[in-house]
Amino acid sequence: MSIIVQNISKSYNKIKAIDAISFEVKEGELFGLIGPDGAGKTTIFRTLTTLLLANEGSATVAGFDVVKDYVAIRNSVGYMPGKFSLYQDLTVEENLKFFATIFGTTIEENYDLIKDIYIQIEPFKTRRAGALSGGMKQKLALCCALIHAPKVLFLDEPTTGVDPVSRKEFWEMLKRLQKKGITILVSTPYMDEAVLCDRIALIQKGSILKIDSPENIIKKYDKVIYNIKAKNRHQLILDLKKYPSQYSVFAFGEFIHYIDNSSTFNSIDLQHYLEKQNNTEIEIKIGNTTIEDVFMDL
Amino acid sequence: MKTILFIIQKEFRQIFRNKGMLPIIFVLPLVQLLILSNAASFEIKNIKFSYIDNDHSVASRELISKFQASSYFKIIDSYSSKKEADFQMETGKVNVILEIPNHFERDLIKENDANLSVSINAIDGAAAGVENVYISQIITGFNQKVQTQLYQYNKDNYVQPINIVMIPSFWYNNTLNYKTFMVPGILVLLVTMLTLFLSSMNIVREKEMGTLEQINVTPIRKYQFVIGKLFPFWVLGLVILTVGLTIARVVFSVPILGSVALIYFFTSIYLLVILGIGLIISNNSDTQQQAMFISWFFAVLFILMSGLFTPIESMPIWAQNITLLNPIRYFVEIIRMVMLKGATFSDISEPFFMIVFYAIALNGIAVWTYKKVN
Repeated sequence: MSIIVQNISKSYNKIKAIDAISFEVKEGELFGLIGPDGAGKTTIFRTLTTLLLANEGSATVAGFDVVKDYVAIRNSVGYMPGKFSLYQDLTVEENLKFFATIFGTTIEENYDLIKDIYIQIEPFKTRRAGALSGGMKQKLALCCALIHAPKVLFLDEPTTGVDPVSRKEFWEMLKRLQKKGITILVSTPYMDEAVLCDRIALIQKGSILKIDSPENIIKKYDKVIYNIKAKNRHQLILDLKKYPSQYSVFAFGEFIHYIDNSSTFNSIDLQHYLEKQNNTEIEIKIGNTTIEDVFMDL
Repeated sequence: MKTILFIIQKEFRQIFRNKGMLPIIFVLPLVQLLILSNAASFEIKNIKFSYIDNDHSVASRELISKFQASSYFKIIDSYSSKKEADFQMETGKVNVILEIPNHFERDLIKENDANLSVSINAIDGAAAGVENVYISQIITGFNQKVQTQLYQYNKDNYVQPINIVMIPSFWYNNTLNYKTFMVPGILVLLVTMLTLFLSSMNIVREKEMGTLEQINVTPIRKYQFVIGKLFPFWVLGLVILTVGLTIARVVFSVPILGSVALIYFFTSIYLLVILGIGLIISNNSDTQQQAMFISWFFAVLFILMSGLFTPIESMPIWAQNITLLNPIRYFVEIIRMVMLKGATFSDISEPFFMIVFYAIALNGIAVWTYKKVN
């Protein structure tokens, strides 16, 4: 096991940020912490990277205890905080060199590991980090977190505020790093990124709701989701919420996701009901379950 | 060691790239030294003087001409009544009113005794005291001259007037040049303020930018980081001292009687104290703004209680005891002693060891309060 977390709790002034969190991450696994803002993801990261002491529970990273062996952990993990935290007034190259030096290594020594990523920002190596675009900044931060060839990589919301193309590229990079044997713990508020992880933990209000692979989570979901569309969206939502056997209704892209709790549910009945409520251009079909649907249901 | 050197290099890069701070670091101290040293004067000059001459005699005109001749007094106006003069005092147009009574000359010659009335605006008590001395000096001089003349009128019973002349000798600053006294003090103030402000805002800046979090997950040691961060400001402090001493010598011709090496040696230890204070402030604040306010609070307190502007000897005993905690006090004392009196190490050993003690104590607290883990 690369990361073992056992019953970790942390409170800030009596407000519980995380409550008895436990999970394990296998070696070489890409593990995702999925949850909305304020769920406690960053607190978990800060605890595992030895920046924060938990009130209760214990955790080990790469076989080291986060409290006792914090020095060893700092040598063997890479951490990329959610907020860009490199020196904005140093250039790309200077930042990378600085972090290499304080980890007691050189850029050349671990160049293989960062080559794929660094090559993309190399044209800007004399530019100050503060003047880079969002996507470039993320790449540089990832390089700096990798420069000492860490065993475990912690990425706290690495794709927040990054454009869709760069996000996709970023996840491809993570997949490649994973192949090199690095364990990656990543957090994200984006549900579409969850399916890219090997296993995910769904977190809300400081507690883990579910841990499994994204496929299993979807497979184990026993309810049927209907994608419903009509001309007047707002009217449609209101009407669906009034339907006697409704279980949940929420907007999802161009459709409304509707779940029914009756075993005898028939989409034609629903169609008639909606027509009676003066909805037009109604379209009802069975949709694919996504992580977001599961999350909304939890 | 390599790590420390690298942090120092990084720190210098950041200082020289900060286009907003650079002029503040290098130009401001010079401007301040040049302006403050010329402006922060204890000399009372251009006293706003007015008079009411009710006598209109030779003697009264001569007395007034004495005031006119003095460079300390600026004759604003003459008034015909005390009431009018008092009104001008109220409006702030004049600060001193000399009233020469009727029959001034007659009384002086006949009865050998005449009265003058002097009113002084004493809102600034210290200035009023000095003005009073100047006025008394002029009147005494006038008095002696009149007496001499009087005696000369009756030649038959001429007696040599007894004159006691006092010739003071002013040690260590024989021309009483206040700049000689002020420039070393202001230099202390600049070195202190600049290093205190810059160091107190430095680590907190990393906190604000989030870079401290990234640094904290690295295996870097506390002492490496702290030394690496503060060393550049230690160097800057010494650079400012060098520039300041050069200006003091070249522009203000302040004598440097003692050993320059001793000044540097003391300053290098003193700077550790200031950097330690800066670091403690930095550790305990979350934003640069907070750090700035706390630094200001201490800087103002330290400066006003340092003996730079007001002598420590004239403070109440409890305040004198508080100044013992003030590092600037020792620096002001030592730099004046070394520069103007030519003090050697044995003369300044007592304040010197106080500063060494503070340097160790404060830096100990600073490193201890710097936390990598919350």
